[in-house]
Amino acid sequence: MKSLFKLFSIIIIIIASNSYSFAAEKVEYLKTDWSFKGLFGKFDRASLQRGYQVYTEVCASCHSMKYLSYRNLAERGGPEFSEAQAKAIAASFDVTDGPNSDGEMFTRPGKLSDKFVMPYDNVKAAQAANGGAYPPDMSVLVKARGGGVDYIYSLLQGYEEAPSKVSLDDGVYYNKYMYGNKIRMAAPLSDGLVEYGDGTNATVEQMSKDVTTFLMWSAEPHLEARHKMGFKAIVYLIILTILVYFSMKKIWSRVESEV
Amino acid sequence: MSDHNYTPKSKVGQWFNDRLPLLTLANHLTDYPTPKNLNYWWTFGGILTFCLITQIVTGLTLAMHYIAHADMAFESVEHIMRDVNYGWLIRYIHANGASMFFLAVYIHIFRSLFYGSYKSPREIIWILGIIIYLLMMAAAFMGYVLPWGQMSFWGATVITNLFSAIPLVGEGIVTWLWGGYSVDNPTLTRFFTLHYLIPFLILGLVVLHIWALHVPGNNNPVGIDIKKPSKDTVPFHPYIVIKDGFALLMFMIVFAFFVFYAPNILGHADNYIEANPMVTPAHIVPEWYLLPFYAILRSVPDKLLGVVAMLSAILILAVLPWLDTSKIRSAVFRPLYKQFYWILVADVLILGYVGAMPAEGLYLLIARVATAYYFLHFLVILPVLGFKEKTLPVPLSITEPVLGGSPNLAAARNKESKIE
Repeated sequence: MKSLFKLFSIIIIIIASNSYSFAAEKVEYLKTDWSFKGLFGKFDRASLQRGYQVYTEVCASCHSMKYLSYRNLAERGGPEFSEAQAKAIAASFDVTDGPNSDGEMFTRPGKLSDKFVMPYDNVKAAQAANGGAYPPDMSVLVKARGGGVDYIYSLLQGYEEAPSKVSLDDGVYYNKYMYGNKIRMAAPLSDGLVEYGDGTNATVEQMSKDVTTFLMWSAEPHLEARHKMGFKAIVYLIILTILVYFSMKKIWSRVESEV
Repeated sequence: MSDHNYTPKSKVGQWFNDRLPLLTLANHLTDYPTPKNLNYWWTFGGILTFCLITQIVTGLTLAMHYIAHADMAFESVEHIMRDVNYGWLIRYIHANGASMFFLAVYIHIFRSLFYGSYKSPREIIWILGIIIYLLMMAAAFMGYVLPWGQMSFWGATVITNLFSAIPLVGEGIVTWLWGGYSVDNPTLTRFFTLHYLIPFLILGLVVLHIWALHVPGNNNPVGIDIKKPSKDTVPFHPYIVIKDGFALLMFMIVFAFFVFYAPNILGHADNYIEANPMVTPAHIVPEWYLLPFYAILRSVPDKLLGVVAMLSAILILAVLPWLDTSKIRSAVFRPLYKQFYWILVADVLILGYVGAMPAEGLYLLIARVATAYYFLHFLVILPVLGFKEKTLPVPLSITEPVLGGSPNLAAARNKESKIE
């Protein structure tokens, strides 16, 4: 026991001293109350729908979301647009299909089964249009960044005037949450940039929260099902564990030994 | 071993058993006499069996949907996560299952180190275990490559490049391993094939591991030989089965927590970025369970010697039964060894920690000291300790400490001689 205690104190000292030495360099991300965190975390449906609006009106001009289909927008646990709404959204995009029986490619309105239409044909085209920087695909972006949702949420609000000692090239912006502080994306949001259908005031903070919620869903479309099943599974396991514990006690009571 | 003159009660059973003695085997497994003082550290063998089977079952299911191609692997994983029914569940069980597997195996190994389970007559069990552990690391490493994310790609590049440290033929071997001049599609397809093969090799070795265990029987916390059959043992079923089951359920609660509430916490965010040979991640780090060895590798300035050190760190375990010169198994009766044991645990944890940090400055220094200590423990401390250490008196049977009988040795001896 004593040695165990010693061991843990060693570890704690190491970890504590380390986080202390790095505290000065690390930036604290902005925090907000995410509805999808925690044991029963669920998405805020209205926020997801607003987030989709921000994505499609602002982000989608540069960022693809190639693993999502329009049908996902109407699925349970997501923004839950009605099927008619999702169909209308899909139909508002032109999809290249084909070849038809004449061997020609043709354009048709999007269907629910189509993947989200990409803003550029390929990575090279995306780079050419963005000064050499590739706007990353947003499907799993939240999971692909160390800070997750807090990082994305902060980054969207992290644009500042560069400190005088930092010199920026053309097309490079200063963002206090970006790794290395230099980002090739201009501040994408400004107050009132989109007009929310539900009358929510479209501040930068509100839009950041909504679009980040949307990105969390796009990265983890089954998050709600996972939380629900997880709770049931763990409750089941705990009850079973208790039952097995008493069975074990009973069985071992035949032996003069402790378990 | 238990009584092998078992005859089934039914005629059909007898007929079958005469031709294939499966029922004798089943009888042996249920009756297998197990020391009754085993504590919960002994339940990890059963937990590991559960982990292996879980990995095989979920892995088979994933393989039905996964596409081992450099252009499609990442997408097919997203397909599993989004469109396959409960694909997210199966993949998260498999990915976190690997971590749970290693967590359990480390506890299992350190239990063996504490109670001296590797000592005579259990050397073969121990060596089989080390081979299983090596294969597990190979399987885990190749499995991590399959999603074809950034860490997959760069991890594969770093680890396969280690072979280039071999003089003369190194470069050739690396090209041969890759199936080309860089990590690419041929590498992915062969890693997938091997990742599929290795678990079955492990399964075979596990059978041998258990077989070898059933010859001398289990070690126990007191670390003394027990006469069988005796009052010191209980039949495996139902006593050990229910106890292992209880421990397994506790383990599954932890497992479920990771799967359902923190499925990505043990992974690296960069692996959700598709592999890109043109962009190197800022820090290339392996999965947590390989970090101590990664730290040892990086703590040696020379590439070849680093690889040698890393491999030696694992292989040294295989000769451990002969490095540890003490006749006493359990650390309970070895006051000095007990101290060194906990220092070794701390040392390995420190190695794991610095393995995750950039190899520079203070971290590098700590890694070097910890690496030196790791080898010092096995090569100097253990052999010397066996001769120098004053051990505590060991009880004559495990019934003594279990029944809370007199720790007084004279009394115990007295009793023993009376029985005889």
